Amino acid sequence: MDLFEYQGKQYFARYGIAVSPGGVADTVEEALAVAARVGYPVVVKAQVKVGGRGKAGGVKLAASDDEVRTHAGAILGLDIKGHVVRRLWVEHASDIAKEYYASFTLDRPNKVHLGMLSAQGGVEIEVVAEENPDAIAMLSIDPLVGLDVATARRWVAEAGLDEAARAEAAELLVKLYRCYVEGDCDLAEVNPLILTPGGTVHALDAKVTLDENAAFRHPEWDEFRATETEDPREQMAKAKGLNYIGLDGSVGIIANGAGLAMSTLDVVNQVGGTAANFLDIGGGANADVMAAALEVINTDPKVRAIFVNIFGGITRVDEVARGVLEALSRVSISSPIVLRLDGTNAVEGRAILAEHLNDRLLTEPTMLDAARRAVAFANQ
Amino acid sequence: MSIFVDENTTVIVQGLTGGQGRFHGLRNRDYGTRVVGGVTPGKGGTDVDGIPVFNTVDEAVAATGATASFVVVPPKFAADAIIEAAQGGVTFIVCITEGIPAHDEARTYNRLVEQFPGVRLLGPNCPGIISPGKCNIGITSGDIALAGGPVGIVSRSGTLTYQALHELSQQGVGQTTCVGIGGDPVPGTNFIDCLSAFQDDPETRAVMMIGEIGGSEEERAAEWIKAHMTKPVVAYVAGVTAPAGRKMGHAGAIISGSKGTAQAKMAALAEAGVHVCVNPTEAGAKMVEIVRAL
Repeated sequence: MDLFEYQGKQYFARYGIAVSPGGVADTVEEALAVAARVGYPVVVKAQVKVGGRGKAGGVKLAASDDEVRTHAGAILGLDIKGHVVRRLWVEHASDIAKEYYASFTLDRPNKVHLGMLSAQGGVEIEVVAEENPDAIAMLSIDPLVGLDVATARRWVAEAGLDEAARAEAAELLVKLYRCYVEGDCDLAEVNPLILTPGGTVHALDAKVTLDENAAFRHPEWDEFRATETEDPREQMAKAKGLNYIGLDGSVGIIANGAGLAMSTLDVVNQVGGTAANFLDIGGGANADVMAAALEVINTDPKVRAIFVNIFGGITRVDEVARGVLEALSRVSISSPIVLRLDGTNAVEGRAILAEHLNDRLLTEPTMLDAARRAVAFANQ
Repeated sequence: MSIFVDENTTVIVQGLTGGQGRFHGLRNRDYGTRVVGGVTPGKGGTDVDGIPVFNTVDEAVAATGATASFVVVPPKFAADAIIEAAQGGVTFIVCITEGIPAHDEARTYNRLVEQFPGVRLLGPNCPGIISPGKCNIGITSGDIALAGGPVGIVSRSGTLTYQALHELSQQGVGQTTCVGIGGDPVPGTNFIDCLSAFQDDPETRAVMMIGEIGGSEEERAAEWIKAHMTKPVVAYVAGVTAPAGRKMGHAGAIISGSKGTAQAKMAALAEAGVHVCVNPTEAGAKMVEIVRAL
């Protein structure tokens, strides 16, 4: 789960990481109230989970009430790469002497944690990595050892942070690492991390991705979940316990298992179609789950055909077949359904469907045949 | 021969008294796997369909001499269960649990590497391992596998593993061992571990490898294959059309920025001399062709 900047800053603050004083505003009036509280000048920042806010006009400096009115009014409702701005973060504008970059994430190949620190902040780190990789000081951290202040001090020196910033930056990095680990982040990134002319160091931005698998030990994440702006179909699928991701194509996909679902998308593409979604009904899915999956896909107006690709393992194909009939009896499915059924109880499953097959409910013997048939329907 | 598990492997099931543990544990035993005990704290002294249950792995291993453990416990207890298995003295641990926090996995992996170097963890979030006709630990249906080799399979995905087994078995091509390494970001066993074991196994004469988007294990495997592998390898990588930045079902299946794409993995594998196929059916057909020509 990705956090908005303001949520990331609130999360940082829990771990004692310094951020600029500020507040959330959903209206121009609220923005004015925050500005009055934190003091001018302020920065008005669009809260969207997409990069490039500044270039899109979503981050503005304001020195007066009038300027806050103008900018907050313009940014609220702004469409930034398909994300409409509903909320602002207004904070006291900081004087900036230097901009740095810091992040912690998992180093998957080496199965340890990776800290990245650079004296060149404020720009996209991917660009720095590409153009000047030596400007990033990488630190491998054994999860069993963690990061201590002494190591962090050597690290800030190695990264070439200014002398004036080093002591505070080292302390901040230790806190950020604690936030990353204890806060169960997949990513904790600060860009820029700034040094002020007065010699203090703090986080001017926050990019945090939380590991959903750790939600059971973080009741405080509920408030973040409440603001997750998900596609309504993704919300509906989640409520039914399905793993659904909306895409742009016209073939609705239902498969069991993440790998098979991904593979189904690929095969549909190979035979000239485009997938409308990724949907994994998981292992051991029963008739109810299958029916719910068809109902979710049925609400997508882009869908012209549905491809159900099942290789039964724990999932029993007869249950899947019953689910298809269940869904057909509950709602009117607007697209033809093509099924490929293999694995556990496939013979029983096909038998259950046999007398119901027609020109809008068909089975095909292989994954490729079924993909071709579904794509032919979708492209009709 | 087979890799990692065979007819001599003796298995305890951590979580045998739970719904999933009972279902899969008994299915594994029915397949012929030597399931010698179960572990559930507080339920020691009872049994599940004749399989004795112990309170701890220590007690189970002392009483049964088990060499492997099958961990089927909820995510919040899984990391501790894995460490308990290692401390108890088993040398092979299969964990099918999905949904373990990534930080727990990273700590557990490093603890095993540093304190229990003789222990191999398979998974988490994997379908398990089957050496057809000898031993099946996990959730794979035994009836889709065919004993006798000569193909070794290693895969990050469960259902695609079944698909691969099915494609080969239907054509009468058997398997030595089929290993599901799982879809999480910190797998205990990786492609290279399995490729290396298959390379050393005289009965395995060709290897099928099924990857997916996310991470760089396929690229690392490609480097290893280029340097060390003399047996033919057929590969399929799922997720060519997957959008960036979304976890595609598996916690580890995510394209981060431009990293971890299926295209890059396929290119690296092809460059290493691997037969790269664009769908599981084509991969199955290619492998059958290779085996028939051996």
